[in-house]
Amino acid sequence: MAYSDKVIDHYENPRNVGSFAKDDPTVATGLVGAPACGDVMKLQLKISDTGIIEDAKFKTYGCGSAIASSSLITEWVKGKSLEEAAAIKNTDISAELALPPVKIHCSILAEDAIKAAIDDYKSKKA
Amino acid sequence: MKLPIYLDYSATTPVDPRVAEKMMQYLTLDGNFGNPASRSHRFGWQAEEAVDIARNDIADLVNADPREIVFTSGATEANNLAIKGIAEFYGKKGKHIITSKTEHKAVLDPCRQLERDGFEVTYLEPDTDGIISVEQVKAALRDDTILVSIMHVNNEIGVIQDIAAIGELCRANKIYFHVDAVQSVGKLPIDLQELKVDLMSFSAHKIYGPKGIGALYVRRKPRIRLEAQMHGGGHERGMRSGTLPTHQIVGMGEAFRIAKLEMAEESDRILALRERLWNGVKDMEEVYINGSMEHRIAGNLNVSFNYVEGESLVMALKDLAVSSGSACTSASLEPSYVLRALGRDDELAHSSIRFSMGRFTTAEEIDYAIEIINKNIGRLREMSPLWDMFKEGIDLSKVEWAHH
Ligand SMILES: Cc1ncc(COP(=O)(O)O)c(C=O)c1O
Repeated sequence: MAYSDKVIDHYENPRNVGSFAKDDPTVATGLVGAPACGDVMKLQLKISDTGIIEDAKFKTYGCGSAIASSSLITEWVKGKSLEEAAAIKNTDISAELALPPVKIHCSILAEDAIKAAIDDYKSKKA
Repeated sequence: MKLPIYLDYSATTPVDPRVAEKMMQYLTLDGNFGNPASRSHRFGWQAEEAVDIARNDIADLVNADPREIVFTSGATEANNLAIKGIAEFYGKKGKHIITSKTEHKAVLDPCRQLERDGFEVTYLEPDTDGIISVEQVKAALRDDTILVSIMHVNNEIGVIQDIAAIGELCRANKIYFHVDAVQSVGKLPIDLQELKVDLMSFSAHKIYGPKGIGALYVRRKPRIRLEAQMHGGGHERGMRSGTLPTHQIVGMGEAFRIAKLEMAEESDRILALRERLWNGVKDMEEVYINGSMEHRIAGNLNVSFNYVEGESLVMALKDLAVSSGSACTSASLEPSYVLRALGRDDELAHSSIRFSMGRFTTAEEIDYAIEIINKNIGRLREMSPLWDMFKEGIDLSKVEWAHH
């Protein structure tokens, strides 16, 4: 399969790979996907008192497009408020990376990862 | 060293320069371009002679009679001719066929077609090493069984089946036995005087001959009859019509002749390369061999790198031309049906890579491959949440995944 230059760039030089301590109260974790489906994404956000995403890290098991999608969103969410981050659409991700139709599910998974992390943050706060 | 390194010899091989040289003499006006079926002039006679020599060389490699070789467009056609040809000719005697789940699609799909035509097919499940036992075949035999089709060597995992024992069983029960020998011919000794095999399929392009030519061995004693699948001028004793492609046949003949001379030595050399590769990757954690190591062809290594997804692995190994166990061409990943039949779970099937080595593979290439594999498996695992969870001692099968 031919990948776009942007996918290859993120795949070869992924941004923000890593983890934060899960039990840190300022850290939100979203884990989505399933090994049997071929992709699992873990997105972690470090969130300030004022609800701004100060830092983000990811780990992904999946194809090149899945790795690129998660790498891209860690760049995008930094500096955003939770509402702004929640507004990121899978179509923005797939357009930016020029994903072919069979890889759209990777961008959907990335959007899901942001939502899951935000949900985790809200349940931690509650 | 040229990149990417070709490690996909089970998919196809380059044509040996000696073969290409020979083929070029059978195309142009200066060459031997005649139609081997032309009886009235020397162009035809010379072409026919070239075909006869090739037929002899092919028969020679497997200790058969040249009159038992029927040329086809490849092994897909040879498998179709064998399976449908037997089923149609002997269908009145019975409508049951036995094969295995790990056969090539060129065996499975003709069987599926026969099922639509009213035949019943039993698909034997191999053990976790990929082996079909004679006892299994025996247990599946019925009064109306007419054909058993079991491959000699599997194209994905390189596992060798005991066709000698299965042949004895079939002969004793008067059931025809077809063997897809595409991945074994020229690599393992095959003696059709000894083996109780009635039909055997060959392809030229897996042993340094050209694509688009193959053959079906059809035993004469005891005589096997087939319903032709291609009708026309009655070539190949009526079993396969169509003008014989002299250059292709000459190429196949030369490839088989060379294989006979060099097979033993070549196989030792390739086995040493395979061991070199395996020794270079096996010390990584969570690396698994797929298929029997004991009953395996020299040039095949099929390995699963757990917690690394197959497609990203292929991308990481872009300097190596290898095959992946998952066909990730659609949104839903489809893991290899062969690995599934061995009972491998989907994750391990997804993370498998087939390395296949051949005549032109060098030790230098293997060493480079080892370096790339080690570096990239490490990198992808650093990026894998599953690897972290494994390291934390989490049982992934117990995790509730958010399926989407
Ligand atoms: C085991 C096996 N059978 C049959 C075939 C089909 O052969 P051909 O490409 O000559 O049609 C192949 C090769 O793809 C093979 O590996």
